[in-house]
Amino acid sequence: MSPTEHDPTDSEVSTRPPRPSSNLLNQGSDAGPSSTPDLSPQDLSSSKQEPARPTRSLSTRGTSASKRPGRFLASELRLIIGRRRNQAGLLVLAAVPIIMAIAGAVWGSSGRGADLMSLAQGNGVLVPLAALGVEIAMFLPLAIAMLSGDAIAGEANQGTLRYLLTVPVGRTRILAVKYLSLCIGALIGVGTIVVAGLIAGGLLFGLGPLTTLSGTQLDLGNTVMRLLVGVAYLTCALGAIAAVGLFVSTLTEQPIAATIAVMIFVIVCTILGAIEQLAWLHPWLITSHLMAFADVLRDPLPLDNMLRGLGIFASYAVVFWLSAWARFTTKDITN
Amino acid sequence: MSEQPALAVATHGLTKTFGAQVVVDNLDLVVPYGAVYGFLGPNGSGKTTTIRMILGLIEPTAGDRELLGHDRPIAALPRIGALVEGPAFHPYLSGRANLVRLDAVDATADPRTTRRRVDAALDRVGLMAAAAKTYRQYSLGMRQRLAIAAALLAPRDLLVLDEPTNGLDPQGTREVRNLIASLAADGATVVVSSHLLSEIEQICSHLGVISAGTMVAQGSVEEIRARQQTTAVVHTADPEQAARVLSEQGLTQIESGRDTARGVADDDHPPEQLVAALVAAGVGVRGFALERPSLEDLFVELTGEGFDVAH
Repeated sequence: MSPTEHDPTDSEVSTRPPRPSSNLLNQGSDAGPSSTPDLSPQDLSSSKQEPARPTRSLSTRGTSASKRPGRFLASELRLIIGRRRNQAGLLVLAAVPIIMAIAGAVWGSSGRGADLMSLAQGNGVLVPLAALGVEIAMFLPLAIAMLSGDAIAGEANQGTLRYLLTVPVGRTRILAVKYLSLCIGALIGVGTIVVAGLIAGGLLFGLGPLTTLSGTQLDLGNTVMRLLVGVAYLTCALGAIAAVGLFVSTLTEQPIAATIAVMIFVIVCTILGAIEQLAWLHPWLITSHLMAFADVLRDPLPLDNMLRGLGIFASYAVVFWLSAWARFTTKDITN
Repeated sequence: MSEQPALAVATHGLTKTFGAQVVVDNLDLVVPYGAVYGFLGPNGSGKTTTIRMILGLIEPTAGDRELLGHDRPIAALPRIGALVEGPAFHPYLSGRANLVRLDAVDATADPRTTRRRVDAALDRVGLMAAAAKTYRQYSLGMRQRLAIAAALLAPRDLLVLDEPTNGLDPQGTREVRNLIASLAADGATVVVSSHLLSEIEQICSHLGVISAGTMVAQGSVEEIRARQQTTAVVHTADPEQAARVLSEQGLTQIESGRDTARGVADDDHPPEQLVAALVAAGVGVRGFALERPSLEDLFVELTGEGFDVAH
């Protein structure tokens, strides 16, 4: 085909009345530079042009694909953040450090002395860490379980999955974007707790140099760095749970079922972690490694526990992500 | 790339089994470019499964598909607008936000023209006034329109519309019909499925009739009409004699009843000539008629049941 095929006087127009290319929305898309008369062939094949042949049009539309690779992810995050239920969930996550700080300020130390909350009364910086310690056991996994229920099962349940697939969006791309958005959701959840904790702790106890469990003092810059390490570590832990959630989400069309399944997974892991006779199993459980983030309170920062945890998280993420992929890319979408 | 595929949609031996149940059996779909292809069959006959296989939502058990010259659905899908088994959108987003969402996930869509294309699509289905309402508040008819708008977000060569008139009132049905006709006039190939022939008969250039997963008739409307035989019916007191005359005139499948005789006539047998021959042979003709079954009759005959029996 010559590049002049866009010419409306093309003789093929008369020989083949049913043109394969339609101009459904032509009015809306023919503005811009393509209306200038002296165009190079490349300009003619811009995505705004109405190409005469579907095969050609596919390739020209493809050129604009790389322009905004993050559009799907941005749209996904807007969906997650825009949903009322998720906003309410964030409020609950943020409420915990605030309640803990207020309780500590009003009623004082529990008397046991060594717990994070007692330490926090000397320094607001410890409030977010204390809150993370409380929420990583239940609330944060629950938040990820809910988001991963929505991810594939929710879209399948609503029927929007079939319309995503016919746009088309490749199945691997859907999984990748969904997983990435779950991880960003985890970061937002953990970050919200830290920010709320810092504000509440700062207002009630003030923010000062941190005295570590090892007895040394850290300046504010170092303290913030320690907090960020803790945030990153727990986000990775939740990322591993999110991979489990993504896999479960490809197995069912009921988002609630997926959420419950993920919570059962977390609870069973916690129970197994509490059974002494199963000590050999404990290193392999996600839940055994969650509290390693508290190492950020030691000086010098011991990394071995957290690195071991990250190794386990990465293994879970890879295994369950690939399981999700194997399942989703071969699944018949029948709803 | 310059080779023009002859067919917009072609399947060869397309088969899908779910467990022991054969839902679609060895289906050869033939949809030429520019056709408005009515895909007809009772509910549960395998229409939607076929459409899902064409669109790549379901993997066929056997057989292959060709869409706009591509043998992998995903390669052709950017040029296909689809409505599959009713509308489905995010309930807490507005109609417009839902379309923007679908455009955002489309890697081939140009984000600079999103707004214009979304507005044009909403306008085309008459939803502009309700664009800001959440999908949850939409009536079934509005939801159906939004789904059609989603299929029109980008220029399309092929529209695959599964039961687009489901849930619409008679006026909405007529509007959808007009919309399909105007899309076809713009050059798009349209595959429209229905379990009601009457809803789409007027706009179709081609028909495919599926029953229990098998294609029982397919072709242009003229071809299918031509398959229907015209029967000459003579009312007379002497059916034996009338039958003999019809036979002499070259009619086939002669039958005679108590006071009628009938035979299958083709275009070589003008009715006036038949009547003249009957009268000349001394048959007392009380009545004479040429009977031709309607398309609807044909489909009921082909699919073995009324179109809404399985409803």
